Order: sequence, then structure tokens, then C-alpha cells
Amino acid sequence: MLDCPIKKVFVSPMSVSMLRAVLLFPLFCLALLSAPFSARAAMEIQVIGGAANKIAVAMVPFQAAPGQPSPALTQIAGDDLNRSGQFRLVDVSGAPQPVMPAQVDYGVWRGKGADALVVGQVTAQPGGRLEIRFYLLDVLKQTQLAAYSYTITAGQWRATAHQIADLIYAKLTGIPGAFSSRIAYVQKQGRRYELRVADADGQNPRTVMRSNESVISPMFSPDGNQIVYVSFEDRKPVIYVQSLKDGHRRKIAAFKGSNSAPAWTPDGRRLAVVLTRDGASQIYMINADGGGLTRLTRGSNIDTEPVFSPDGQTLYFTSDRGGSPQIYRMAASGGEAKRVTFNGSYNVSPAISPDGRYLAYISRDGGRFSVTLQELASGQTRVLTDTARDESPSFAPNGQAVLYATVQGAQGILGTVSLDGKTHARLSESGVDAREPVWGP
Amino acid sequence: MNKILWPILVALTLSACGTTGGTQATVEDRTGGTASTGQGTETTGVGGSGVAGNAMGDQYAGDPRKNPASPLSKRSVFFDYDSFVVKDEYRPMLEAHAGYLMSKRDAHVILQGNADERGSREYNLALGQKRAEAVRKALAVLGVSDAQMEAISFGEEKPRNEGHDEAAYAENRRTDVVYSDEK
Repeated sequence: MLDCPIKKVFVSPMSVSMLRAVLLFPLFCLALLSAPFSARAAMEIQVIGGAANKIAVAMVPFQAAPGQPSPALTQIAGDDLNRSGQFRLVDVSGAPQPVMPAQVDYGVWRGKGADALVVGQVTAQPGGRLEIRFYLLDVLKQTQLAAYSYTITAGQWRATAHQIADLIYAKLTGIPGAFSSRIAYVQKQGRRYELRVADADGQNPRTVMRSNESVISPMFSPDGNQIVYVSFEDRKPVIYVQSLKDGHRRKIAAFKGSNSAPAWTPDGRRLAVVLTRDGASQIYMINADGGGLTRLTRGSNIDTEPVFSPDGQTLYFTSDRGGSPQIYRMAASGGEAKRVTFNGSYNVSPAISPDGRYLAYISRDGGRFSVTLQELASGQTRVLTDTARDESPSFAPNGQAVLYATVQGAQGILGTVSLDGKTHARLSESGVDAREPVWGP
Repeated sequence: MNKILWPILVALTLSACGTTGGTQATVEDRTGGTASTGQGTETTGVGGSGVAGNAMGDQYAGDPRKNPASPLSKRSVFFDYDSFVVKDEYRPMLEAHAGYLMSKRDAHVILQGNADERGSREYNLALGQKRAEAVRKALAVLGVSDAQMEAISFGEEKPRNEGHDEAAYAENRRTDVVYSDEK
């Protein structure tokens, strides 16, 4: 079995002055958060299971400013931490509600079983801005692990909560958080398809493209500023690259036959695509502007679903060259392919973890299609899900979870699962079919 | 309308809707942020192309491709599970289409491959392509020029039968022969 322990690392305390920083949000956050689609329904989240050894965090609701947005920052950040399966939120009701570290009675929190404590406050600033100060404290050592302040607009509320969750996660696990990242997915409602971009918790969804024909295989560019997808609006599969800043898009592959399965290179300059212009479904490379086409695989069988290793040196893909669909790898420059999956007769849709250690894919076993994880160095595999119609796995930017699509009842929903298979979260919206998810930066 | 022709036209219209999407397709782009500058594309499909003529005895006065008595009116090639072999029963149909295409050099067909819904969408797209390609090759062997044909795939994206049982899957493992002027 794979060994995916939860790290419980408390970093050594530092002085307040060193940690205190005013974080200015990147401009793109501002633009996205002011999107005119805020009234859209968002997905609901259900968390199941979790790690055996959870870090206990007490999050005291920050002292509020009049008229601050809701839900509270500690609510949003707490939900993030809870969804990871690596934390247990300590009940803070009935306890004193400190605002500053100096007010903390550590004995109270030790008595409640907390490993860490989060306190803070929100204060109104001129011009409608809000100042947020928060402190992360080690309850056992009675030391301060982090202290941050932000000055934000109300529109940056959720993004700030996710950043707070990322900081807590990083300080307590030693691994960067991924709560500030985004996901994309396709939703189908009746005959209408929408390509949506949402926060990693499924909230704040924004429709970036809608069509009466299917859309599949979205993928963020490595910098997160563009999205590539396959649209059937031209009565055949055609690959589009669209800016997430201004919505402009261009066809990058509309060759004779089918054009599909785009995958960015890690430097964002080129994409691997699957074309049938020369007959069989084969892998080609193309520049992000649609120029510079070169052919990569040269067979008469199916080669599809290419994806690059994080260093860009290796290409993983699905091929039926051996008689059944299996995952292969080859040098990104071309050459001989080597088979990577060996168990079973149907292994497809490869995804590579950001550290390059793991392959996630869909394997079929007795008619069930499940998310499976393989440690590349050892070849050891583990089925991560107990659902039967899983598709489209992709890794969180911090490599700690896999996002995938599955079916619950008759409805398409999204799920995340931790690499140890112990924590499952399901994201769904009533009456909406969600599919083709991908995790972005 | 002729009482005999009517059900056939209905059937043709339904099958055309199933394969080409039928009604209006509208696409908009939007992003979060400033102005909604997405370009809208709009295409129209008309399903079956309407009244073709009247059946009068043995004669068929309309478009020969729509004559229900002709193998040209047959447009779908079905495949066995995990198979890409064009079965012998489709030979008369494909010979008729090859003959038509060779006699009308400005005619053009799109061979639309499809797959059932099980498994990866992208892999199913490739499976559908393999079925379209099998029909394209069969027509090429019969003498049809490559310039008159395009093999594409809808994968599992446009199922004719939206059921989730073996009967539905069998109906969706299919290549449709669609003439460009009939879209």
C-alpha cells in the first residue's frame, strides 16, 4: 500500500514583526471577484471520513466589523480545513473569545484538546475597506506560529478566507495549501452546457462559455489566465483557447477530422493535442496560438489523453496499441513508448501529481470505473474511490487530493479524495449535471 | 401531404435531429470581470430538409438520397461491442452511397462516429473516430475520393438513445453518413 502520512509539523515560532505582512491581492483576483455573476447557485459540499490523526484547530470567530460580509471568515476557512480531512475543528462555543494573543488562556484550549488556536479581528477602514488581523497559536508550546494582517475590499472576503486557510494549513502540515486555487467543470442543464470556473470549494462559480452543444476536456493554462477546451458547437470537436481575463477566444485546432484532448506544456507555450487529420487519433504538438504543428506519435491505433509530467520531459497518454486501453509514457520529444499500467483491461485518463511521484487514472474492474493511484517509482496501486462511474481525475496544485467526476443516483457530481483514500468530499448542485472537472492553479 | 410519405419524413427528421443537433445552437463566451466581450456564434440546423417530393407508384421524383426504397436512405452503420468492423449487411448501403458520391463529385459526406457512454469521454471520442474511420475506409475502397469525405467523432456526446442499458449502448455504437448539404 501507499504511504501517505499526514505530516503534523509545527514550525518553530517566529517574531510577530517577521511574520506580519500586508498582502496585496493580485489584480486578477479583484477582477474575478467583481464578476457580474455573483447570484448564481453554487455547489453544496458533503465531507465524508478523514485522516486518523487529525490536527485539532480551534477557530475563534474573529471580532466582527459592522456590516462585514457573511459567512464569517473563520466559517469559510474552517470549512476549507475540514474538507481536507487533515483537521478537526474544536467546538469553541462557551469558551472565552480572545481577539489578541495576549488575551489567550492556553489552559482553556488545552483542556478542549486543541493543538492550535486561531484568533483575530475585522475592523472597518475608511473607504469601505476592511482590515483583518489574525494570529495562529501553538496551544501546547504556547507560542505564536503566524500573524498576518490584510486590508481588503468586501469583494475579496472569500479569497481572504481561503488565504487564511492556506496559511494555517501550511504552518500546521508543512505543505502548501490549495484552498485559493480554482477548478473548472462543465455543467449540463437540460440541453444547455456551461463551462464554469469556481473556487476550489465549488463556491463563487462563473460561467465562461455556454453552448447548446457539448463541451469537454477543459484545462487551465499553467499561469491560470487561459483555459483550453473542446467544443462541439462546430458540429465536430474543435479546440479553443479562451482568455479568462476578457473572454476572447480563438480556435487553435480545427483540422479535418476530430480535434481533442488538449494538454498544456508546463511552460504554457505549447499544447499536446489529439488530431485525426492523418487517419487515426494521434498526438501532435501545437503552439498556444495554433501555429507550429508537429506530429508526436506515429501509429495506426488510438493514442489520446496526453498529459505532461511537471518537468515537461515526459508525456503520459492512453493507447490501445496493446489491444486494450492502457497508460503509456514517452519522452516529450518523441521516441519509444513504455507501458505504465498493467492491471486490468481498461486504464485511462492519466493525471500526474505536481511532484511527479503519482499517477492518478481511471481503471475498470468488473464494470466499475474507479479513481486509482499508482506510485510511479514502485508501481504500487490503490483504488481511491468506491463509486462506479468515475471520470476525469486531476490533482490539487499541492498534490494532496484528486478531483474527479462521478455519478450519484442519475446525477453527475464532482468529488475530491485525499491520496490516502480516507477523505472524500462531494460537490453537487441540485438538478445540475456536473462533469469534466479539472483543478487549476 | 401524401399519407404514405409522411411517417417516413417524420422518421428522417427525427434521425437527423439525433445526429446533427437539430435546433439552433447558440454559443456565448463570458468571463468574470469587466465587460462581457464574448463573441456569440450562432448556427442553425434544420433537421430533415423537409418535403422532398411525392411518391407516385414505383417512381421517386425527389432527392434519390431520400427515397425510402433506396439503400441511399439508410444512413447508420452499427457496430458490435468493442468492434470497428463494418459488417457485411452494410455493403449494399455503402455501395449505394459510394455510387452516389462518385456520380456527384461536388457532394460531400461527414461520417459521424459515436460511442456508448461507458468510460472516458476522450477515449470514447477516439472509439467513435475509429468507427467513422472504418466507414470512411470502406467508402474509399469503393472508390470515393478523400476530398469528398470527413470522418469525425461525437464520442458519447450526442447519444441517439439516452438510456443506460445494453440496447441503448448498441444503438449508440454507430457511424452516421450525413451529407453536408443536408445538415
